[in-house]
Amino acid sequence: MSNIPVELKYSKTHEWARMNDDGSVTVGISDSAQDQLGDMVFIEVPEVGQSVDAGEACAVVESVKAASDVYSPVAGEILEVNESLADSPETVNQDAYGEGWLFRVQPGSAGDLDSMMDSDSYAGFLESEAH
Amino acid sequence: MPFIPHTETDVQEMLATIGASDIETLFDEIPDKLRMGKLSGVPEGLNEQEVTRLMLERAEQDGRPLCFMGAGAYEHHIPAAVWEITTRGEFYSAYTPYQAEASQGTLQLIYEYQTMMASLTGLDVSNASLYDGASGLAEAILMAIRANRKSKSHRVLVPTTVHPHYRKTARTIVDNQGIELIELPYSSEGGHTLPESLAQFAGEDIAAVVIQHPNFFGVLEEVDQLTDWAHDNGALVIGISNPVAMALLKPPGEWGEQGADIACGEGQPLGVPMMAGGPYFGFMTCKQAFVRQMPGRIVGRTVDRDGREGFTLTLQAREQHIRRSKATSNICTNQGLLVTAATIHMALLGAEGLARVARSCHANTQKLVAALTTSDCVAPVFNRPYFHETPLRFSLPLEGIMRALHAHSILPGYDLSKDYPELADTLLVCATETRTHADIALYADHLNRVIDAQTAAGCPVKPKMA
Repeated sequence: MSNIPVELKYSKTHEWARMNDDGSVTVGISDSAQDQLGDMVFIEVPEVGQSVDAGEACAVVESVKAASDVYSPVAGEILEVNESLADSPETVNQDAYGEGWLFRVQPGSAGDLDSMMDSDSYAGFLESEAH
Repeated sequence: MPFIPHTETDVQEMLATIGASDIETLFDEIPDKLRMGKLSGVPEGLNEQEVTRLMLERAEQDGRPLCFMGAGAYEHHIPAAVWEITTRGEFYSAYTPYQAEASQGTLQLIYEYQTMMASLTGLDVSNASLYDGASGLAEAILMAIRANRKSKSHRVLVPTTVHPHYRKTARTIVDNQGIELIELPYSSEGGHTLPESLAQFAGEDIAAVVIQHPNFFGVLEEVDQLTDWAHDNGALVIGISNPVAMALLKPPGEWGEQGADIACGEGQPLGVPMMAGGPYFGFMTCKQAFVRQMPGRIVGRTVDRDGREGFTLTLQAREQHIRRSKATSNICTNQGLLVTAATIHMALLGAEGLARVARSCHANTQKLVAALTTSDCVAPVFNRPYFHETPLRFSLPLEGIMRALHAHSILPGYDLSKDYPELADTLLVCATETRTHADIALYADHLNRVIDAQTAAGCPVKPKMA
């Protein structure tokens, strides 16, 4: 059973999103996603200052098995990216919800996360995908 | 077990299983108008004896002309050992093996090749080669667009002194990808790209600047100024160079303050004989920072679990079988056999040998220019230094002169008017280290006689510049 923290929101494309106190949103890929993809070999993060639409592919995680797009769950501007992943992509495997975050985005409008799944729904979604 | 995957019985069983009457019905959904139908104009097959005879006869039509033509492919001496070793069973496969790591020797050879090319171009990393110089430029442009994340414009400056075939190939490959190639004019006096011509683009979003040095005319470019301008304006630099010239000239990695970011070019001068249409090979090297954007295969050195040295395909994830639609390029392979020859060629010559070849080419071309311009009807076009080829302008129609020289089994050079209409009656001539004093004298002698025959009263035009 994969690790699904209750305080986060999830997307059908397996991103997680954390609402920070300052109103920004931190985004990464779920523990289930990293487990499915296997050992990460390269992470391509967006540019700081880049504006993204909700559902826009703005990062790529590349593992020994596949390269996958990462979609921004919210529209807004990229505030910060996890530069350390350039040298240690395995962090995403080791700590998907912590040190393995990918980027931080300032949403254009609040409430964008409402359409995302909570941990229970995501667990159910993973269950349904497995069958 | 039969090694033919689909015997007639297999095919019938499969068709019966899916309930299809014949293979043709599987393609029903392809409309008739999109089908090729029978290929017309393809003759019946020939047996080996017939093919051998046909090819020998065709080869004889080429004759053995004395070659003073370069323009992208060059006749160099290839030590006999190069192809003797290359065609040994252990190397003689045109293709990189699918189970690459099972072929440590092949991988080691490619690793050595990469080391040599990185060193020759003055850059950090090399891939295992590409198809040819022209497609290498196209790949380098695509790579620069990916690598220059600060640029959003997809605009690339390409001087008209870049090989015209390279420009055409690059355009064909990148045009439909929203990339704009902007051509820069050349100086009619120097035959080089004027650094001032870049000024009009200052402050604009330019993703990359291409520089060929020596350029298509053989002329040396102002590489330092061009490179520094590009970097000052947020553009990456793609350097195209001739591998032999790099043994003598400053390599792309040392141009300007920071050096070119990507180097590419045609590898043919390194041990590959001149062939009609190839196959040749393209080389590509880059700074370490851009290795993730590099197309093709890259071989790395590693250790196995017992700590023994081994070689492996690295960064494979960039390619189609992992990245699929996100692959950096559709090139997953390399020109294995030609790279083998090039590596052996470079190993035999060594850095000093290659530099001597380069010096000899330069000296011979100077002698050739001196010999041909003794005629009042022939004059150099440009006043800038050149490497091993340069354009000469004729004050007589070139066509008749070329035909007459062909009849004497001399390939006099490359007619530039096809690609540069403003350079009418202009011949790009080249003399590599393979051209002797006698060869050059023979060319000059025949040329003077042809000119005399065509101008009974001597040269009909104004005397050439002093």
